[in-house]
Amino acid sequence: MIEVRDLHMHFGGFRAVDGASLTLEQGSITGLIGPNGAGKTSLFNCIAGVLTPTSGQVLFNGEEITGLKPHELFHKGILRTFQIAHEFGSMTCRENLMMVPAGQTGETLWNTWFGRKRIADEERALRAKVDEVLEFLTISHIADLKAGEISGGQKKLLELGRTMMVDAKMVFLDEVGAGVNRTLLYTIGDAIKRLNVERGYTFCMIEHDMDFIKQLCDPVIVMAQGKVMATGSAEDIMQNEAVIEAYLGTGVKNKKTEEAE
Amino acid sequence: MDLLNALVAFANFVVVPATAYGAQLALGALGVTLIYGVLRFSNFAHGETMSFGAMVVVLVTTLFQSWGISLGPLPTALLALPFGILATAILLLTTDKVVYKFYRRVKAAPVMLVIVSTGVMFVMNGAVRMIIGTDDRRFADGERFLISARDFKTMTGLSEGLAIRTTQVITVVVAMITVAALFWFLNKTRTGKSMRAYSDNEDLALLSGINPERVVKITWLLVAALATIAGALYGLDKSYKPLIFQQLLLPVFAAAIVGGIGNPLGAIAGGFVIAFSEVTLTYAFKKVVTYLGPDSWAPDGLVQLLSTDYKFAVSFAILIIVLLFKPTGLFKGQSI
Repeated sequence: MIEVRDLHMHFGGFRAVDGASLTLEQGSITGLIGPNGAGKTSLFNCIAGVLTPTSGQVLFNGEEITGLKPHELFHKGILRTFQIAHEFGSMTCRENLMMVPAGQTGETLWNTWFGRKRIADEERALRAKVDEVLEFLTISHIADLKAGEISGGQKKLLELGRTMMVDAKMVFLDEVGAGVNRTLLYTIGDAIKRLNVERGYTFCMIEHDMDFIKQLCDPVIVMAQGKVMATGSAEDIMQNEAVIEAYLGTGVKNKKTEEAE
Repeated sequence: MDLLNALVAFANFVVVPATAYGAQLALGALGVTLIYGVLRFSNFAHGETMSFGAMVVVLVTTLFQSWGISLGPLPTALLALPFGILATAILLLTTDKVVYKFYRRVKAAPVMLVIVSTGVMFVMNGAVRMIIGTDDRRFADGERFLISARDFKTMTGLSEGLAIRTTQVITVVVAMITVAALFWFLNKTRTGKSMRAYSDNEDLALLSGINPERVVKITWLLVAALATIAGALYGLDKSYKPLIFQQLLLPVFAAAIVGGIGNPLGAIAGGFVIAFSEVTLTYAFKKVVTYLGPDSWAPDGLVQLLSTDYKFAVSFAILIIVLLFKPTGLFKGQSI
């Protein structure tokens, strides 16, 4: 679905991404792991249009999307969430979600004054959709709270909700589990899984929590020093000597040996 | 001691003019605040934008007067207002396309945009002077007073008169309508919400179905309307002087910052705070004090805290105090 070919992202002399190539399959949940500074977020930003890569190509279903702006990617159904959740703080969660779909009738000045009926109909449909999304994410109770005032984990769920408002095809999650308590992490993981199975979303997520990765992701891609180091199922990766050396540390290996004994 | 006369004198020389002036400043500050909130820079050309809008209104009013079109007791300028807004909108959209768009694309630092807008200010200022000249122009017509001082005296039997000019009432009424329409627009319509969302979190807005160029365009349209109305009302209330608007920039910015820049409600509050401080501090209270005390206590001096020459110092002082002690302004705006 997404194919990255020999992507380079250099900041002056520093090669954040140094010739990464990878493929994200339709319908998969791909985990992207690696030590800090491995270039995961830079790679993400290059694909999601925040940065323009120094060289290399990004293809979406065979079509070149290298260097497109975030809102252009949005119209193709490629969305991302942020490591630190973003929200429109002065608006309610419901309004936040209602903002998402593009090309609404009320967007032109003319319709604002003269298309009241159509806008009202459209907003009713949107409201129903928001209710359904919030229901799906089990956060119906925060619909009318200001988005700036909800908890960090709820903001992450709200970000997921944002992708659901437009029925995204490809969603990039940047550390969706960071700073979220276990219970909420379970809710988030569950929502991701259900979106994947029930609605056919393709996910690619940067994550550090190996348990979380193991539950959700297949395949897992390991990055180190701007390159793809290994690709495979979570089990394979956790036994890969080179990966343990570079990232996971011997703790995982010891745990494995203990279990074997 | 004559409390009633003192009150009337105070209302006549302080409350009424300050309310009208406050409404004009509030409209000006709303424009500044909108640009700061959405486009993220301080638009120093805003004073000249007001001047340009007012100029078009003056020209169209003169044209209408020569055709014999009038609004009866109301000033003809009200009829010319839409034309002024239209012309200013075209001017601002062109400026945006020719100048600001480039700096947005290269993601210029806000301070660079401030300097760019200063350049735009000089160009607009020159254009206005070339078109209309630097003379004073009075373009208010129709009924001059709603209540004249003499009518008030005969009505109430007081020795002090209270005059309310038509233009003052129109200023306040038009400002109220404009502000109500603006708030309805920002809070209730999809377009307005897009603007607020863009102002809240630009990164996220780009990742939603918000078209940034359209948000920018609509912001300029609103600013054109606000600036023209503010400029025309100011000119209607006093007189139209092309050179005054550069000086007006300071109280307008002070109002926006005092209220909390980026916050529309703050701009309105700020406008009235600045206007009332300016008028109160520069008013000679001799008359009021004389009414309040026994005759023998009547002061010899003017009892004026500051000469009117220093009225701009008032907004400057308030600006500095606010920036020192509450940089986000009275209402929580963005910090500068």
